[in-house]
Amino acid sequence: MTIHLRNLNEILRTPKNNKIEKEYFINMGPQHPSTHGVLRLILRVEGEIIKEIIPVLGYIHRGIEKIGEHQTYRQFIHLTDRCDYLSAMINNWAVAKVVESHFQIETNDRIETIRTILSELQRLQSHTLWWGVFAMDLGALTGFFYGYRDREMLTEILEDTCGSRLTMNFIQPGGLMYDIKKTFSLKVKKYLIHLKAKINEYEDLISNNIIFQKRTQNIGILTKEMALSIGATGPVLRASGICHDLRKLEPYGVYDKVKFAVPIGNTGDSWDRYLVRIEEMKESIKIIEQLIDNIPPGKHMTMKFASKIKLPTGSYYGHVETARGILGVFIVSDGKEYPYRIHLRSPCFHNLWCITKIAIGLKLADLVAVLSTLDLIIPDIDR
Amino acid sequence: MNKLELIKKINKLFSEALIIEKNPIIKIKISKTKFISFMNILKTNKDLSFDMLYDHTAIDWIYKNEFELIYNLYSTTYGYHIIVSVNISRSDPRIITVSNIWSISEWQERETYDLFGILYEDHKDLRRLFLNDDWNGYPLRKDYKDNFMLER
Repeated sequence: MTIHLRNLNEILRTPKNNKIEKEYFINMGPQHPSTHGVLRLILRVEGEIIKEIIPVLGYIHRGIEKIGEHQTYRQFIHLTDRCDYLSAMINNWAVAKVVESHFQIETNDRIETIRTILSELQRLQSHTLWWGVFAMDLGALTGFFYGYRDREMLTEILEDTCGSRLTMNFIQPGGLMYDIKKTFSLKVKKYLIHLKAKINEYEDLISNNIIFQKRTQNIGILTKEMALSIGATGPVLRASGICHDLRKLEPYGVYDKVKFAVPIGNTGDSWDRYLVRIEEMKESIKIIEQLIDNIPPGKHMTMKFASKIKLPTGSYYGHVETARGILGVFIVSDGKEYPYRIHLRSPCFHNLWCITKIAIGLKLADLVAVLSTLDLIIPDIDR
Repeated sequence: MNKLELIKKINKLFSEALIIEKNPIIKIKISKTKFISFMNILKTNKDLSFDMLYDHTAIDWIYKNEFELIYNLYSTTYGYHIIVSVNISRSDPRIITVSNIWSISEWQERETYDLFGILYEDHKDLRRLFLNDDWNGYPLRKDYKDNFMLER
């Protein structure tokens, strides 16, 4: 029973073995283009081979959980936008879902259908951006422009709907901030036709490209057992061959009324993680196509904005499937307007941890490929 | 997912485990001394096989002078989902690590150490995760104060 408190300087000074003159530390980040944010990795390398990875977090730690203790539940939703900013809509839903199920707020079919459509659009938006950035990380700048072009069209639809491009703050406890516009379904349908053709283009450009295949196949293999013990979720877990998708397991919204498949991989290498996301985009398109013509009529909000939400004393947990995995919201209430404690179980935090295991023994350039297919959002890790 | 079946299984395997909530997620309270053997059973028993540690966090119950530790477990084999809760003293916040059972808890425990100051025994790499090594205090404690905080 020992407690040994360490610090970073101590680790960097301690020699690992006698061949120390051959090994040295490289600092990757916090301002490195392929870490997509302020992630810092300290790499112990021998030549070009990675021996150890020490992630250093906290460069964008804003203490969202502490701030949340002084915010009402409706105010807290705007903070979730700032965690995983590419799944803002789904993050909003996560909080709204917990509050609704324990404050006896009833929603109607219209709200749930629109929420489902919007979160699938958000998933598409996130995956198109990821695809572009992935191509850029491996040296194909064309892919970056293609990905951004298609994301931009979708961002415009979302901007038209909720007035914001990144931080949506749209799904609220009890419903939606505004009703959707009359032109919404037409625009979405047009966009889906466009994107379907473009996904084929994506596959021609990268999926069938031998250079990309060689750089990702058998690189960064995450086995089933490891994926479970690190608590990986989302496409990262599914690429390792485990069919775990909350949309199927614990259907929320109207996911139980639509037909879609959950793509899974075989080996869990970077290539599988790539393919799973491409297939997920196709499935998201299918979900939206089934719903977009059948949005039921009704109100967009079932409660007054001014009404106070006071959850009864107790602890509550709820989760949703974002574009990156499971976002869990854990709320402890003491019966007041503000939560006593609010905690976010963020998907990227758990997905990142495997990098310290799976990237050992790889070359430096391969680490970029592995990081890119994990699809990390750093503000989501640091919170 | 059959909740009654799960409760029966747990009661049979470990009589000290106290089930305090059944809906919507089963919440189990366990004493600090029995904690590590209970967690080992949850992972290794073939009828339970809780192979995923979804989440780990703490709650500061300052008026009870206690920290409540929350372990959120999921079993991919059976689809079971439970929350395990352990209460430890606030003046001597020590608990044994579960990082030998679930690898991710090495990080989750570092986060909880960083923000709550809970000390994990036998942890391989216990240091702050988000804040600087020389930071004073533990921000998510209810009595935390620093010079930049605004009065409310």
